[in-house]
Amino acid sequence: MNALVSMSGIEKSFAGVPALSQASLEIAPGEVHALIGQNGAGKSTMIKVLTGVYRRDSGSVVIGRGESEISSPREAQEAGIATIYQELNLVPLRSVTENIIMGYEPKRLGLFVDWREGNKRAREVLARFGIDIDVTEPLGNFSTAIQQLVAIARAVSLEAKLVIMDEPTSSLDASEVEVLFGVVRELKNQGVSVLYVSHFLDELFQICDRVTTMRDGRTVSTRIVSETKKLEMIADMLGRNTDEIAAEGMTDFAGAKAKRGSILLRSENVCSGPRLTHFDLTLHRGEIVGLGGLLGSGRTEAARALFGVDALEDGVIELDGHTGQPSGPDEAISKRIGFLTEDRKAEGIIPDMSVRENMTLALLPKLAKRGQIDFERERAIVDGFISDLGIKAAHMDQPIRELSGGNQQKVLLARWLATEPDILILDEPTRGVDVGAKREIQSFIRSYVDKGFGVVLISSEFEELVEGADRIVVMHEGRSVTELANPGITGNILVGALAHHDAGADTWNAQ
Amino acid sequence: MLDEMAFDLRKYLRRNSASVTVWVALLALILFGLMRYDNFGSAYNFSSFLNYNAMFIAIALGMCFVIMTGGIDLSVGSVAAFTSVVAAYLSPYGIQVALPGAVLAGIGFGAINAFCIIVLRIPPFIATLATMLAAKGGALVISGAQTISVDWGSNFTKLGMGQALGLFPWAIVIVAGLTLVLGLMLEKTTIGRTVLAIGGSEDASNLMGLKVNRAKAFVYLLSGGCAGLAGLFLASGFGAGQPLEGIGWELSAIASVVVGGTLLTGGMGSIPATVAGALLLGLVFNVLNFENGQGTISFSAYWQMVIRGGFLFAVILLQSRVIAKQQKVIGS
Repeated sequence: MNALVSMSGIEKSFAGVPALSQASLEIAPGEVHALIGQNGAGKSTMIKVLTGVYRRDSGSVVIGRGESEISSPREAQEAGIATIYQELNLVPLRSVTENIIMGYEPKRLGLFVDWREGNKRAREVLARFGIDIDVTEPLGNFSTAIQQLVAIARAVSLEAKLVIMDEPTSSLDASEVEVLFGVVRELKNQGVSVLYVSHFLDELFQICDRVTTMRDGRTVSTRIVSETKKLEMIADMLGRNTDEIAAEGMTDFAGAKAKRGSILLRSENVCSGPRLTHFDLTLHRGEIVGLGGLLGSGRTEAARALFGVDALEDGVIELDGHTGQPSGPDEAISKRIGFLTEDRKAEGIIPDMSVRENMTLALLPKLAKRGQIDFERERAIVDGFISDLGIKAAHMDQPIRELSGGNQQKVLLARWLATEPDILILDEPTRGVDVGAKREIQSFIRSYVDKGFGVVLISSEFEELVEGADRIVVMHEGRSVTELANPGITGNILVGALAHHDAGADTWNAQ
Repeated sequence: MLDEMAFDLRKYLRRNSASVTVWVALLALILFGLMRYDNFGSAYNFSSFLNYNAMFIAIALGMCFVIMTGGIDLSVGSVAAFTSVVAAYLSPYGIQVALPGAVLAGIGFGAINAFCIIVLRIPPFIATLATMLAAKGGALVISGAQTISVDWGSNFTKLGMGQALGLFPWAIVIVAGLTLVLGLMLEKTTIGRTVLAIGGSEDASNLMGLKVNRAKAFVYLLSGGCAGLAGLFLASGFGAGQPLEGIGWELSAIASVVVGGTLLTGGMGSIPATVAGALLLGLVFNVLNFENGQGTISFSAYWQMVIRGGFLFAVILLQSRVIAKQQKVIGS
């Protein structure tokens, strides 16, 4: 087979940390090729190497016949590679036509833009995908789906040979997804290749020919989609053996009773939008309940609803016997809930502030008398947590950005522990944290729960959930679908539970 | 692990290098003036310099709080013009009426800003731009586009011209007090820390349950109040309410804050360094006046502005280098 794009032996490190090692990818002409992998597997780095955003450390990229030396996105475009990013790189305030022909406008007398001709061309290229819209309207007036299609139309009108789509369906509804799939099939008919990056495995079966799976910066497998089961894809992504998973099977422990105290938190039929449509959870004192699920399954959205960040559209939240969602984080905190967010950089630390200030921000109302901060108490509390959690900082007034990821995370954990919450929601508490700190954080969480508090633990790491949680609520596409209970959960059971709902019952039972 | 006792001067300087830069620049300029001009260090020059700059410092203090949240307040100059007219009208009743009157008028504009920004979610730049135009128009309306003379019979002019404790005009004492209070507020209170947290990351602050809206309302009310105070000083120091004054004051205030090392994106800032920044900006004019007085070179008012702009550029360039280096050192 004569490949359109062939990348092999790609190495790329950032500040000494390898992001890609011996990664490879091969795309045939006129093929829809899926690229999958967990967060941090190296998919986007791979794309950025291909499109010249990053310079590879070593390895070869062959496009068409020759070795490619693409060193900028502009050169990639000229070589026929168009990328449709999640955040579209279009100009929403200008018309659809302008967005399609920008930089390649038809001219009259070589000087004036021929709008009539431009509009005609724009209409033609959109008509190829069965889209009929007023091309003189500003692009921003159309839905995200149409905007995405316009981006694709632009790529096609520039005679792209390869269109890269990064999570194209993440913000589309079901009918829009159908339109997009139609366009992808049309591209294929026209001999254009598509590299399709997605977290939604179901989609791959509908439109993709082959699938390449990456894990930890390496290419794990390239399979033909029609001959592959979803379980195999998940096993590749997570680095597991399908036979093991199948052998252990799936046991439904729902209803099993563990030793636990009174009910702290209950949510029933909770819906906060399209990304969280039905969420049930019961949390008792002295218990860690894990939320398991692939990316985009609604785990973080569930946490945000419980903490009062996203308002409920439907359903009931009951805290300590009282019904009602907290109106916002401040009320949630006063009702003794803490929420350690997933995105430490954007939603967690205040980088310019010191360890001390970061640790006591959520506690401030309780630390102050008539608005004046009680520094002595503050220092005592901070001192206590620094030694309890083994936080490695030169001193408590060191800016938090100077600390390592693990120590930053411990400071944030301390921030919430200091408010003495009954319920602590931990979203990926050990992501990006070194092994030592990870273990310390985990054992601290357990000792906290043993004092009679409750923890909701969200983690993409299955070991962490399996070993850490007393029960696991499995989520899929915004819904809580199954509940597993320890003892008895193994990694393979959890993967099985995910795959079961991801593949649909038929696929699983067929094995 | 904790060695708080050990005070490392080099580390302190490195962490606070932005503040240090402006103080060093200020001291250097003062030394330059002292060595070059005879009367530069006189009590009279000292006092009149501070008195004239009191209103700019007041505005810069309010602006500093706004900028630390990541916002901006463009309305301060016009609001000061407006409140100078208010103060002039109230001057027959004495300081005890004119001061609260002017400050409340300023806070009123601050309330409009806060409402637009927090409730209507209009970006601060636009909201305060609108208030700037409205306040300017308002000042012309209530004054009939005339300067309004103050009542020289009451105690009003003592504020800007009289001597407190026989030393300084009251305006200086008030601004010094305000600096102290705001400095302590930033360092020692929940509201100060909330302001910095918002500028550092508004999302994170929200998720921590901090009273983000309350703190944002506070900074715009404070900025309005400070502008009100500046208008009061203007009327008192020059004997008239001046509806046409205040043009470009907001930019001077922003410059003072930036020169003081406060990041325009918010999250970091210093009250004393802001005062130093305002003093530095004023001192450039003072030095140029003395230079003209020497008779060797004569700069027109227009050239003075050019020179001041160039000086400002140099300091900000230096400041941005220092901050970038500071961030880099800390980041590594």
